Amino acid sequence: MEDPIYWPSLFFLLFAGIACAFAVAVVVSANIVRMAFYLVMSLAATAGLFFLAGADFVGAMQILIYVGGTLVLLVFGVMLTSQDRFISMKTSRFELGMAAGVGACLFLLLWFAAFSVPEWSRGLTRAEVNAVPLQPTATPIGMGLLGARVDGADSPDKAGYLLIFEIVSVHLLVVLIGAAFLARARYKRSTIVE
Amino acid sequence: MMPLANMLTEPVGVSHYLVVGAVLFVCGALCMATKRNAIGVLLGIELVLNGANLNFIAFGSPYLRNDAGIIGLDGQLMSLFVIVLAAAEAAVALAIALNFYNSFGTIDVDRADQLQG
Repeated sequence: MEDPIYWPSLFFLLFAGIACAFAVAVVVSANIVRMAFYLVMSLAATAGLFFLAGADFVGAMQILIYVGGTLVLLVFGVMLTSQDRFISMKTSRFELGMAAGVGACLFLLLWFAAFSVPEWSRGLTRAEVNAVPLQPTATPIGMGLLGARVDGADSPDKAGYLLIFEIVSVHLLVVLIGAAFLARARYKRSTIVE
Repeated sequence: MMPLANMLTEPVGVSHYLVVGAVLFVCGALCMATKRNAIGVLLGIELVLNGANLNFIAFGSPYLRNDAGIIGLDGQLMSLFVIVLAAAEAAVALAIALNFYNSFGTIDVDRADQLQG
């Protein structure tokens, strides 16, 4: 007999709820340290959504690079700049109200856009999902980054991503050198303090 | 729009992922607009990029659409590039924020008005 509850959907609801709740908490919270922690939780739950969609490699990279790298960087920023008067900076009530109104309008627009195409909202049936072959994505992604596409059996003329990979690599190198240059230690503190 | 009880018994579709992505995007945009702490603005940017990533993954997932084979791994490769560029952006923006903090003694973006913007 078929299980009445479809477990991937239940886990989708769980991860989506965590991701959305902590994203809202990031906006509502005024304390920068708590905001960083809420963002960690939200991004980790998003990685769970990636796994549920079959993107195992991207989900792992999300945890490794985002949660493990980028956020450690941001937490360092928080620690380096958090004096007592900057930990909690309140936004004015009027601005928060305006932001809530604009955000609600934007969200409603995106909601109707998401459900406007019937093929998107219907989803597959259980039998169709079970028929999808299990395919780990690490090898095809690695081949795609080296310029050879092995995933597109139905359109063999698809291009690889070697050029973009090179551009991103050089870009990352330049950016990191630039960041190290910008953030280098100064011996004399500037005197333009207000 | 599926009722909630149906969502527990049937696989979800692309639209549900798009709604989660929309929540992340809107929260990130509001974060960028309302936070006075420069690091808070950076956190908002990360949220926006993640919402976009979620949409890329959803449209390329064979578990959510029948015709995901047209896209193949394009969505996943794009979101990998987005993750890498987000890391680069965070590094530079953080360096700028630290510079600002060192020379002005504050992290409040409202005080960064030397260009009279």
